[in-house]
Amino acid sequence: MTTSVSIKDLSLNFGNVKVLESLDLEVAQGEFIVLLGPSGCGKSTLLNCIAGLLDVSDGQIFISGKNVTWDEPKDRGIGMVFQSYALYPQMTVEKNLSFGLRVARMPKAEVDARVKRASEILQIEPLLQRKPVELSGGQRQRVAIGRALVRDVDVFLFDEPLSNLDAKLRNDLRIEIKRLHARLKNTMIYVTHDQIEAMTLADRIAIMKNGVIQQLADPHTIYNRPVNLFVAGFIGSPSMNFIKGDLSGTTLSVDGQANIPLGNYQFANQTNGASILGIRPEHIAVGEEARKMPVQMESEIEIVEPMGADTVAWTKIAGQSLTFRAAAEVHLEPGQKVLIGFDPGRGSVFNAASGNRI
Amino acid sequence: MTQIAEPGERAAPGFAGTAAEHKPRTRRKFNIQSVLGTTPMIVTAVGVFVICIIFSIIWSFTNSKLFPNFNFIGLAQYERLWANDRWNISVRNLAVFGVLSIGVSMVFGYLLAVFMDQRIKQEDLFRSIFLYPFAMSLVVTGLVWQWMFDPNLGIQSAVRQLGWTNFEFAPLVKQETALYGLVLGGLWNGVGVTMAILLAGLRGVDSEIWKAAKVDGIPTWKTYLFIVLPMMKGAVATAFILQMTGIVRVFDIVIAMTQGGPGVSTQMPAVYVIQHITDRVNVGQGMAAATMMLLPVMLLIAVQYLLRWNANRKAGRA
Amino acid sequence: MTTEAISPGLSAGTLSGPRGPKPKTVTIGRIGVYAFLIISAVFFLMPLWVMIVTSLKTMPEIREGHLFNWPALLTFDPWLKAWDTACTGRDCNGLKPGFWNSVKITALSVPVSIVIAMINGYALSFWKYKGSELLFGILIFGAFVPFQVVIYPLIIGLSKVGLFATLPGIVVVHTIFGMPILTLLYRNFFASLPIELFKAGRVDGAGFWGIFFRIMLPMSVPITIVAIILQVTGIWNDFLFGTVFAGRENMPMTVQLNNIVTTTTGTREYNVNMAATILTAAVPLVVYFISGKWFVRGIAAGAVKG
Repeated sequence: MTTSVSIKDLSLNFGNVKVLESLDLEVAQGEFIVLLGPSGCGKSTLLNCIAGLLDVSDGQIFISGKNVTWDEPKDRGIGMVFQSYALYPQMTVEKNLSFGLRVARMPKAEVDARVKRASEILQIEPLLQRKPVELSGGQRQRVAIGRALVRDVDVFLFDEPLSNLDAKLRNDLRIEIKRLHARLKNTMIYVTHDQIEAMTLADRIAIMKNGVIQQLADPHTIYNRPVNLFVAGFIGSPSMNFIKGDLSGTTLSVDGQANIPLGNYQFANQTNGASILGIRPEHIAVGEEARKMPVQMESEIEIVEPMGADTVAWTKIAGQSLTFRAAAEVHLEPGQKVLIGFDPGRGSVFNAASGNRI
Repeated sequence: MTQIAEPGERAAPGFAGTAAEHKPRTRRKFNIQSVLGTTPMIVTAVGVFVICIIFSIIWSFTNSKLFPNFNFIGLAQYERLWANDRWNISVRNLAVFGVLSIGVSMVFGYLLAVFMDQRIKQEDLFRSIFLYPFAMSLVVTGLVWQWMFDPNLGIQSAVRQLGWTNFEFAPLVKQETALYGLVLGGLWNGVGVTMAILLAGLRGVDSEIWKAAKVDGIPTWKTYLFIVLPMMKGAVATAFILQMTGIVRVFDIVIAMTQGGPGVSTQMPAVYVIQHITDRVNVGQGMAAATMMLLPVMLLIAVQYLLRWNANRKAGRA
Repeated sequence: MTTEAISPGLSAGTLSGPRGPKPKTVTIGRIGVYAFLIISAVFFLMPLWVMIVTSLKTMPEIREGHLFNWPALLTFDPWLKAWDTACTGRDCNGLKPGFWNSVKITALSVPVSIVIAMINGYALSFWKYKGSELLFGILIFGAFVPFQVVIYPLIIGLSKVGLFATLPGIVVVHTIFGMPILTLLYRNFFASLPIELFKAGRVDGAGFWGIFFRIMLPMSVPITIVAIILQVTGIWNDFLFGTVFAGRENMPMTVQLNNIVTTTTGTREYNVNMAATILTAAVPLVVYFISGKWFVRGIAAGAVKG
């Protein structure tokens, strides 16, 4: 496996504000990396640095083995797709695709061949003579992807490409991007704040906060073994339940009211003291299912939110609120007493002070 | 020269096209206070901008001299008008003045705006310098430039004293060049505004367009000319219309700078109208000229209406 | 320099080469940008400089023809003369009557025109009635109409009601011709406010004036600042209406300035003329430099004629 994009010790300051701090990232050839995080976490900034649209304060960027830290965007071997599509409005689709190539004085035959190939891949041939205003949002974004495609580059950068589309189109185009990646096998770096996009598209997800990558791992690991409270809370909807307690050995004592045995949980580096048990709503069983779980307790339902496919219920254990997800067939109503249970082995335990997984 | 999103100043508020139709708000029943409150508007709109214009047009068909009368003489005033050299020259002067002023102002204004857009130091200082002449009246503008153009004591003599004894720069004294002197004075007053409007337009362009152009490797100047400029039609139209209305009614600067001379070389239609109302006591003739001045405005409105209609049609199709 | 291979794909020595920010070099383009801007700035500043130095020179020095030089002998007499004793035809009272006339005209016209436009914009945004849009259309059309087209009938009309060549007369004229832009300004402002504000007022039982005074008026302070800047500079700088409608008694400063400069008989006193010019330009210039960014907004707002 060869490295496609390599970022070493990258920092970026705007005045006194540190936007990115000593950031390292290695992206393998053909890998689909998603940069995920809340707004202001530096994910778009990082992408702009890779593209050469922002000058870095310190560190280096390599693309395909070449140090491009000081190179112009056009010389970096990248193509980029933007949230607002950024199509040139007064040019036809064909001109939009070919403008950069013609400016670079590429022979006409080659330009035509590339435009033809890109428009075939993206199925936008019928649109070539139209102007961007005459296209729908989805079509515009395809053209924008096409503009990156004709550049025939190794690395594609996507800056929240689907955020301006409505929900249905977003799903369709997401699949198409996945298909495109399967076909082209280019390296892709994709910025989004949408966790579904991240989970479905990524080979690896880099979750960012305050200019620092919190966790870089495949979606499964991110979901099941979050390295800290931030990652655990950011991924998943409804978000993970956090039960505060005091850990001693393998027992979590919650306000002295309840003791949760964490026998099944595999500690990496167990520390006693104030800790937080994280358990996803979908990992909590109810009713008969709960009887099979290592940890069981009675609780009273407070609120029920039917979602159609399933139902989310709110309850409390030892005074702390807890949500769980039940199959739609299970009848639940407020005030009802139910048995719930879970397997701590599927949960995550964090040190309350550091927020890190233990 | 990067153009990454710049915080702070965005497009100027309430820009171009703001007069476009607003969505109909909820219907309410008739409110008498609303009519009473807007009485001045009703009187002005109907009384001044309808009735006064109608009277101007009516009197243009009469032989009114010092006082208006209703002795209709058909199109005689118009025949006289277009047979009058003074008027024909005025119209030609206005055309030359208008084309030159707008052309140079647009090009120079856009250049200034583009150069101001290069993340320069002291942007506010430069903006103040380019814009302050607009705060001064056109009378002041005319008088200052008249003084600078003075053949004996102005720029010409100052440069000659530096050694270039054949240096000639006193446009106002010659019939062939006086109009250009007027253009220069007008530009000094108004280019800053064009610059400010176009700069606001530049800053209003989606910053991702700039990023896309950079990734595409399009040189900065090409981006400004072929991508960004066509995207700021609103700002260009605003600047154009602002200058257009100012130019059709150009009066103050002519009076202050040249009084229409030498000869009739800087005579303008607006001056022609006022002179016929006041000094020449020939109201009928003045009104015929005034009515002709209404034509370009009507044309402009018609064009705008057509453009909007076309845009609506296109939007409806897409 | 050499570290353990962090990434197998990259050759040794990957940590060499460019690092950190691209070094800033002073390019020819950069120099060109500043050169262009500075030369332009010189062009725009030159007349101001010439005005100031000329107004501070004595006439003999002016006749030497060094237009751009700083005065060898500094004198403030031209300023005093321009203000106090410069002649317009027979009257030799300087610019001061014109200044006070302009102050009177501006002080009256600005509030009157703004209050009327504010009510117009409010009614056009929230209390439309049959024909109100048509009236607004006519008003916008009025913004484009060359003044010469309406001037003469207006003279006749104002004479009929005895307002021609009076102070109220010129105030009315400024109110009329300021109305299109200001009404547009306020209409756009009120239209940009959330309609819920208006609805809340209605639910609370307020009527046309109640909502205007208690909700809208306090909210329109920023836009009113723009309107004031627009009107103060516009009315102060007006020449045409002053010439035609003000009459001799109320002749504004611009008209008097023009008369002083262009009708002087005998030797022309350029230093006095330039001092008079600066004095006339002073008020709008002060407004400009105090208001700064607001002035730009005013222009942009005033430019909204399309």
